[in-house]
Amino acid sequence: MQREKWLLPEGIDEVLPPQAAAVEQLRRSLLDLYASWGYQLVSPPFVEYLDSLLINTGGDLDLKTFKVIDQITGHTLGVRADITTQAARIDAHQLRHEGVTRLCYAGTVLHTRSDGFAGSRAPLQVGAELYGHSGVESDLESICLMLESMQLAGLEDIYIDLGHVGIFRGLVRQAGLDSQGELELFNALQRKSIPEIEALVAKLGISEEVAQMLVALPELSGDDALDQAKQLLAAAKADVKSALTDLERLAQLVKSRLPELPLHFDLAELRGYHYHTGVVFAAFVPGLGQEVARGGRYDDIGAAFGRARPACGFSTDLKLLMRLAKNVEPDAINGIFAPWSDDPEQHQAIERLRAEGNRVVMGLPGQDESNGEMGCNNTLVHRKGSWTVMAN
Amino acid sequence: MIFNKPITIALSKGRIFKQTLPLLAHAGIEPVDDPETSRKLILDTNHPQVKLVTIRATDVPTYVQWGAADLGVAGKDALMEHGGEGLYEPLDLQIAKCRLMVAGHPDAELQGNRLRVATKYVNSARSYFSSRGQQVEIIKLYGSMELAPLVGLADIIVDLVESGNTLKANGLVPLEHVADISSRLVVNKASWKMKHNTVMQLLEAMREAVNQQNS
Repeated sequence: MQREKWLLPEGIDEVLPPQAAAVEQLRRSLLDLYASWGYQLVSPPFVEYLDSLLINTGGDLDLKTFKVIDQITGHTLGVRADITTQAARIDAHQLRHEGVTRLCYAGTVLHTRSDGFAGSRAPLQVGAELYGHSGVESDLESICLMLESMQLAGLEDIYIDLGHVGIFRGLVRQAGLDSQGELELFNALQRKSIPEIEALVAKLGISEEVAQMLVALPELSGDDALDQAKQLLAAAKADVKSALTDLERLAQLVKSRLPELPLHFDLAELRGYHYHTGVVFAAFVPGLGQEVARGGRYDDIGAAFGRARPACGFSTDLKLLMRLAKNVEPDAINGIFAPWSDDPEQHQAIERLRAEGNRVVMGLPGQDESNGEMGCNNTLVHRKGSWTVMAN
Repeated sequence: MIFNKPITIALSKGRIFKQTLPLLAHAGIEPVDDPETSRKLILDTNHPQVKLVTIRATDVPTYVQWGAADLGVAGKDALMEHGGEGLYEPLDLQIAKCRLMVAGHPDAELQGNRLRVATKYVNSARSYFSSRGQQVEIIKLYGSMELAPLVGLADIIVDLVESGNTLKANGLVPLEHVADISSRLVVNKASWKMKHNTVMQLLEAMREAVNQQNS
């Protein structure tokens, strides 16, 4: 089939003026924000060996990753579909700090399939990760920074959703399930399909006590979920209890720091179950049926790179933020048009004006600004022996 | 019930709509317009905050997944085809019940290699046969599946069977059971979180109605 040459592949977009400038402005503001919190910028490569990109990530990220063969080694390279693992590699292997390391990044990732609505396959992922501390205090820092990022982008009415993958993992252990049983339950639980969970706990022969807790899990959500959990998960083992204690402590910290923030719990939330090891969180805004930003704790990834490090962080798609913020103002008509001249004095005037922070567009022979395509509201004219700026 | 946030519920016209109405009525929601006579796609209800949208049954999961509707009623067949990603399906409404079945001539060979299977339910059929370790060729059709084995387009079909009368009239019989189908209440993930109290109240009321109907 003949394809038009201007057509871009599905889900591959480009950003034009004035949005491109707004995206870049937001990127800078976010990185400045992270810098002001002590996060250092890293810039990992666009491709690397596939197996390094897919540490502990399960099948989903594998399917999402574009692959190419390295002509030099014959190994498979992956085009990054997520920067988190790359940042973890940098922390664990390259930097090797003993204490806390804070890293941030902004870069394009590529997905074989879009996971957003009519979504991009090339999101501009921006995020911040904190390594070397395993307490809820670092989870708190990640949540607060994620929230500030949303606010900086101009998003309003933000909801935070909190969960903990240790709850389901603990119940699976208590039920003595093998990985196949765990996967089946996980699939049903992700869809909160209570009828399927009821059928599965019967099929897998899970004891009555644990079965009841697994069936209750999908609806352990809302702002009072932790109180409900105390009763409904009373028969759980210590690992589940400690996950609940962690969540409760984190919730107290979040509430005392951000009393106005709507906080929602979902103890069955298993986003990124394969690599998360503790608290998981996400930000939601009205009007979008999915999360805008997500994050959580993933303590085990560093081990694959030679050094286990506690880790938590969040990331989001900058282009999605721009779309939701809806506050991109068209470029203000603001600039000085300088018609072509070979007068050195004009050149000096232009340099002076630019140094003062003005936008000066140099005209070329035969060109004027009558159609306004260069967005200038002033013209540099030669009057009474000197170059002066006149309004159009 | 008090609805303090706007709620949109996606339903398909026809049987599912009719059988869902009593369940919604139990939650205090009644449509003002009749979808059979009205040409409106967005129906008002007795609650100004609650709207019903009527769409094709197979579109319900898509509307709910992307938050165009907060809740919906979708057949398990549509959910299995869609994959159910991005939405919750907490309640079996026990309505519009039928079975997804393999059907064909009474003497159809089921163990053959590379059987040609005509179906509208491509994903369900593929995963059913692959779970049996069988490689088949799927032929996607949009309707009148029963015709395919009669004219030699396919060896067998995978289709919804309610009474079995259409099969019988065409000399076909149900051969194997793939899945029990009924309609599910589906909920958008973000709505579950951001409109939690309203969603939970509605879910509870509908669960109560389902239990009453089936007790």
